[in-house]
Amino acid sequence: MDLLDALKSIETGQHATNWREAIRLAGKGLVESGATTDEYTDEMIEAVEQNGPYIVIAPGLALAHSRPSPAVLRAGLSWVGLTEPVEFGHATNDPVRLIIGLAALDHDAHLEVMSTLALALSDETRFERLLGATSPGEVRALLAESAGN
Amino acid sequence: MKILTVCGMGIGTSILLKMNTEKALKALGASADVEASDIGSARGAARTVDIVLISHDLAEQLGDVPAKVIEIQNFLSVDEISQKLAPEV
Repeated sequence: MDLLDALKSIETGQHATNWREAIRLAGKGLVESGATTDEYTDEMIEAVEQNGPYIVIAPGLALAHSRPSPAVLRAGLSWVGLTEPVEFGHATNDPVRLIIGLAALDHDAHLEVMSTLALALSDETRFERLLGATSPGEVRALLAESAGN
Repeated sequence: MKILTVCGMGIGTSILLKMNTEKALKALGASADVEASDIGSARGAARTVDIVLISHDLAEQLGDVPAKVIEIQNFLSVDEISQKLAPEV
């Protein structure tokens, strides 16, 4: 499965007033695309409550996820771009402008998707453009450009 | 040399960190076995590795382990990982 196939839901220009709401938006994208049930959204929030805001893996970016569970129906990703950034409580990478929701069925099946995602985000110029993208089409175009390189 | 990358669940951030660690090792001209782990099993797994790469929040949870623990702030930055690994490999 490639990244653009896995990324069923892309929303830009979204509004959240705190990190829980931001994760809920990412969860909503996963639920609406059939990847997860609502329980998975709660599990993603619990993961931050338990382990802290480590999911803010780079300046401006949170990779919201929990572990494989019955709440995951199939692997998938969701993308939520925020108009106003929110604080997750991370020491160096706050505030967050982009939340990528991740649902996986097991520890290995999504490696190819993660690899493509890592490649797409590793270019600093493209990363900034992805954080500031104002339409789903713009996000898709930027990701397609990276996959073609 | 063995390196362990750690995140809360072992499926997201630790996998990204593993991939970028492999890139960093390549850039440094070094080689090592890189494994990803969740925080629950990291304490045990850290006994059999030389280096643990982990975020600041989770490093506090991990506590004292025999391996060298290196905190990474930007998991997407191959440059940061390379700089922090360079003295160790």
